[in-house]
Amino acid sequence: MAMATAHSTTRAPARWQDYVQLLKPRVMSLVVFTALTGLVCAGHRVNPILGAVAILCIAVGAGASGALNMWYDADIDAKMRRTRGRPVPAGRVQGADALALGIVLSIFSVMLMGMALNWLAAGLLAFTIFFYAVVYTIWLKRWTAQNIVIGGLAGALPPVIGWAAASGAAPLNAWLLCAIIFMWTPPHFWALSLYTSEDYKSAGVPMMPVVAGAASTRRQILIYSVLFLPFAIAPAFTGLGGAAYLGVAVAGGLVFLLLAWRLACSHAGDAVGQRNDDGLYDVRAGAKDARNLFAFSILYLSLLFATLLGEHLLGAAPLDLLK
Amino acid sequence: MSQPGHESEADMKARRGRNIALALGLVLFVILIFVVTLVRLGGNVATTPPV
Repeated sequence: MAMATAHSTTRAPARWQDYVQLLKPRVMSLVVFTALTGLVCAGHRVNPILGAVAILCIAVGAGASGALNMWYDADIDAKMRRTRGRPVPAGRVQGADALALGIVLSIFSVMLMGMALNWLAAGLLAFTIFFYAVVYTIWLKRWTAQNIVIGGLAGALPPVIGWAAASGAAPLNAWLLCAIIFMWTPPHFWALSLYTSEDYKSAGVPMMPVVAGAASTRRQILIYSVLFLPFAIAPAFTGLGGAAYLGVAVAGGLVFLLLAWRLACSHAGDAVGQRNDDGLYDVRAGAKDARNLFAFSILYLSLLFATLLGEHLLGAAPLDLLK
Repeated sequence: MSQPGHESEADMKARRGRNIALALGLVLFVILIFVVTLVRLGGNVATTPPV
């Protein structure tokens, strides 16, 4: 189990910024964006204050999951270059404090969501926190190479929570948004892990490149990318996305497939021991195809949700191509 | 960690920052609950049929 590293009298004291860092603000911003898209796409008129409270609850709930993750994974984080500077492994915040912060914020966010919006949204938020902190962090992450495939559900649920907060329901289109993020997660994370696999290997985390090898990971990235594309385009057929969305989904999807194909044909992840620094984007020459897919995957998902958000805010007519 | 009573300047500064952040967080939480109560109460009053 994760424990805080040893403290010494020379250790820097915890600043309030360290507690903010426990909440993983960068992950939180993506969660807020996708949840807002779900809330707006629901098409219900929500009091703006309650809408803001819903987004705040989802953001705080995501932050609480992050704090619980950093509490439990402190031993792993201390072994990886990318994460060893986090507050718990660096010794600036005690593990017990991170645990307490995570539990308190989880309870506050779920209770406030239930009282201010509705209990379906609160239940989904509670399930998401539980899934990320317990199912993914404590169970899957150290046990199976499919960790991020199954665990990706936690990151995919915020649009459904947003939709439920606005409407009190979670229809098929809300779950379609969830499916898009769910199917996007494996190629996104495996592309990253292809050039950070040495870190995962030294920490004993069974990421796909560590367990199955780089060639198998590249092949699986291509397969998941092919499977992901229909989900990305589907909103144009279900009355959720309009013409602009269809254009972005198809054009971006083709680029996504091209990058996945180039990665499959490359030797990314084969070479070891040549990585220079801790950056996510600055990698050795052989892994550039993996970095390109990783970077474009973030752009593509952001564009998909931004287009949906823009269409619904501007009142653009959905295509509903199945009718 | 330093012992109480033997805190360095950096320790005290960090503690003051944490205390201010916590106080602000609590004040914001109280305001949030107050505003949510007003909005929810207002909505319920508006939808209640006149007696």
